[in-house]
Amino acid sequence: MDYEFHWNIVFQKMPELLQGAFVTLHVSVLSMVLGIAIAVFLAIAKMNNTKPFNYVAVGWIEIARNTPALFQIYMAYFGLGAFGIHLSPYMAVLSALVFINAGYLAETFRGGFQSIPDAQYNASKSLGMTSFQTYRYIILPQMFRRIYHPMTNQFVWSILMSSLGILVGMSELSGETQRLQSLSFRTLEFFIVTAVLYYIITKFVLICASLLSKRLFKGEI
Amino acid sequence: MGSLFTPLSWSDTGFILTGVWNTILISGLSIFVGSVLGVIVGFARAESNKYVNFLFGSVLDVLRSVPLIIQLVLFSTFMGVMGSPLPPFVAGTIILSLYTMAFMAEVFRGGFESVNNSMIIAGRSLGMTYWQTIRHVRFPIGLRSVFPAWLGVALSVIKDSALVSVIGYVELLRTSDQLISRTQQPLEILIGVGLFYFLISYPLSVYGRRIERKHAL
Repeated sequence: MDYEFHWNIVFQKMPELLQGAFVTLHVSVLSMVLGIAIAVFLAIAKMNNTKPFNYVAVGWIEIARNTPALFQIYMAYFGLGAFGIHLSPYMAVLSALVFINAGYLAETFRGGFQSIPDAQYNASKSLGMTSFQTYRYIILPQMFRRIYHPMTNQFVWSILMSSLGILVGMSELSGETQRLQSLSFRTLEFFIVTAVLYYIITKFVLICASLLSKRLFKGEI
Repeated sequence: MGSLFTPLSWSDTGFILTGVWNTILISGLSIFVGSVLGVIVGFARAESNKYVNFLFGSVLDVLRSVPLIIQLVLFSTFMGVMGSPLPPFVAGTIILSLYTMAFMAEVFRGGFESVNNSMIIAGRSLGMTYWQTIRHVRFPIGLRSVFPAWLGVALSVIKDSALVSVIGYVELLRTSDQLISRTQQPLEILIGVGLFYFLISYPLSVYGRRIERKHAL
């Protein structure tokens, strides 16, 4: 092996990489927040039998779940141009991630909601609770506990998939790496450091999530 | 001089079909290799003590926590730097198989661990050897129960195989990318590509859900 590693340049560019990592976190957090908001509506629409909404929800969920993330990003970046909508790389990746997250999370929410037996509604009604109280104290806490782990996984998935921004020239961690390595030709070094950064980010998120779950659920999962 | 951008024509079908074939080829091969490795690693994890498990687990963890695209670029650059550059197909298959293995191993491990230990003990008390209990009890029961999960991972690999285009493998999404830059008709081409993935993935996911429901009952 006659390759000399040059790490100096990578460490010099570390602030820019960290800036990219920040954008990665930023876009994935935002995609989760928006995705959760839309997923709630999709889940309700899918469980409801009001026709047009039902079709939209089912269509959205199935398309999001059955096509590649890269396809969604291309669609947002190149495809929407046909309608005269030109998104920046950031917006393209964000909207693709929101689209997919909403689709996956809607199924998660629906599953979590339907996993709570009907008997509990009836029991709380018979105890004299109002509908709001039933949801607030009985249904939603249990549901949240069941969807917490799938939601964490979806968040990690969003972080990993935001790396596709590299293909549309977005300046998140991967895109930034791509740009910096093309300036210095230290491809291997830069990508090794990026891989390590991704590992640290996902581990950090998972550890935080598990600490938070201990605090939230006090061990009763 | 003719226009630089020529519309999509029937002569492009061959090119698209090459992409379709390459997508099917690389994802099929990776699912196969990944599943075989996944069964082996999953079995090893289910059977071994916690120290070995920790070692296996952390390697698999790295494969799952680094984006596939970074793994692909890293591996193909690494091999190039080492002086033995691999063709995109080989590099892509290796990484995609390992990536598949990382997920499959957990799926199969769960399956093997779900087989009740008393069944194994019953087998042993009937005079079966250790390997016979594995062959006739643990494998058939463990593998059957994880089929829906296996299908889920396999479908995600088909979708993730689109990423192999970054190291230059001409699969479906890359052919469409090239056609888009020539024809400047992104929407039509992309919808076609999306439809292809959807038509493969949707029926299988419906099938998987049905099996899962049958199991649950």
